[in-house]
Amino acid sequence: MHAARTSSVLNTLFVSLVSILLLTSFSVGAQAPAVREVILATTTSTADTGLLDVLIPIFEQQTGYLVKTIAVGTGQALALGSRGEADVLLCHAPSSELELVEAGDVVNRQLVMHNDFIIVGPPGDPAGVRGLKSAADAFGKIASSQSSFVSRGDDSGTHKKEKEVWGKLGVSPDGDWYIEAGAGMGRTLSIASEKEAYTLTDRGTYLSLRNTLDLEILVEGDAILLNIYHVMQVNPEKFDKVNAPGAQAFVEFMVSPKVQEIISTFGVDKYGSPLFFPDAGKNVEDLGK
Amino acid sequence: MDLIVEGITRAFWLLVKGDREVFRIALLTLKVSGTATLISLAIGVPLGTVLALARFRGRTAVASLINTGMGLPPVVVGLWVSIMLWRYGPLGHLRLLYTPTAMVIAQTLIALPIVTGLTMSGIGQLDEGIRVQVLSLGATRLQLVWLLVREARLAILAAVIAGFGRAVSEIGASMMVGGNVVGQTRVLTTATSMEVSRGNFGTAIALSLVLMGISLCITAFLTHLQQKGRSST
Repeated sequence: MHAARTSSVLNTLFVSLVSILLLTSFSVGAQAPAVREVILATTTSTADTGLLDVLIPIFEQQTGYLVKTIAVGTGQALALGSRGEADVLLCHAPSSELELVEAGDVVNRQLVMHNDFIIVGPPGDPAGVRGLKSAADAFGKIASSQSSFVSRGDDSGTHKKEKEVWGKLGVSPDGDWYIEAGAGMGRTLSIASEKEAYTLTDRGTYLSLRNTLDLEILVEGDAILLNIYHVMQVNPEKFDKVNAPGAQAFVEFMVSPKVQEIISTFGVDKYGSPLFFPDAGKNVEDLGK
Repeated sequence: MDLIVEGITRAFWLLVKGDREVFRIALLTLKVSGTATLISLAIGVPLGTVLALARFRGRTAVASLINTGMGLPPVVVGLWVSIMLWRYGPLGHLRLLYTPTAMVIAQTLIALPIVTGLTMSGIGQLDEGIRVQVLSLGATRLQLVWLLVREARLAILAAVIAGFGRAVSEIGASMMVGGNVVGQTRVLTTATSMEVSRGNFGTAIALSLVLMGISLCITAFLTHLQQKGRSST
């Protein structure tokens, strides 16, 4: 009697499981149109600030493309681009990007916007770097006082910039005080805040997270600290599977007057100042002047 | 402390107001992990049964392979599935990367060894005497297998619970093969991780509570079935 009831329960369960399987596999499969999708490989900073959440829906509505935003470190974004695994890139590591341009992996590279990197640290400032004009000097003081420093450690644009500053100083950081997070910008800032450590961050991500952090801006304004974003298409002549029209549409979209206007006001309502400065059509050499 | 209160309050309001984005993320989570669990069930139970009953050369090797697979790191699965599904990878023409289907494939590979392994040990534990007895009563081989599977149903339900739990809780593979694309491949684990990196700890806590709620409901339902099954034997 009991056994019969259990087996009927199990039968019902089995039938309902199978029908769920059929239903879900159907709807899951029907969700992926092949030609309309554009894969955008970008940095964590554009995603973590929420800028792309504002821009992507406008682009999709305007053009009918479906954007797959893959937010990774700039190193990975560039690697995806150089393998033809993405259609369009939005990155902030100019010298690495130029290598891809020279190798013919990407084309149509255009300046979009900039903000700047800043050195943030605990309000107590144990290394005494507050107000220094040179980022390299500040790094030098942090290293010589062995104050904790959290590095992105993920080959991102920010990490590349950090290595550039260490390189200028001629020091290769090493020791217990130098913490390699291997994480995105948001998480790296959290770690620095928890460990009362210094770190190098883009201003946008810092401003958008400031309320959750116990970190202050200590060094800013050095020319080496400019953070410049370019958008570029993966070369369709080299990679035949790339969605070239979609990528081109996205590049044109990012440098269009409408988007540049949105970028210039993005974040003002929330943080009192914009997170990025629009630069379409300008020369890189003129930035920060 | 205030963060925890904020998170719980936020979770409460997100659920009460029926936030569409959270609802969509939760639904996709259920679809992807549910489908992956069902596929692993469809493959894992027969496979586990065969491995428990059949005697062939290399059976122990296969069994150890499956037991090792039970601890397969999701990020390793994610990497390999990504490489296979890349545009210029062996299965690139299918255009599956960054789709829910890719996530189902990855989660199936993660849950399958667990379902197979637990089924195998569940059936293997049954008294050898039953088999002799049933066969001597004139049952066909198929009837024997069906009977053994029924006898091991408690263990098989445990396999379902464990398989679903692993699929729904993993993040490494979903992040890699899904890409956490909003509205398309964002599930509860990847959304939670993203909200943490954006500093929205309240929303992250809310999402984590939704995830734990879903796991609890489904596990409770399955456990209920399991315990009912037990009382009737």
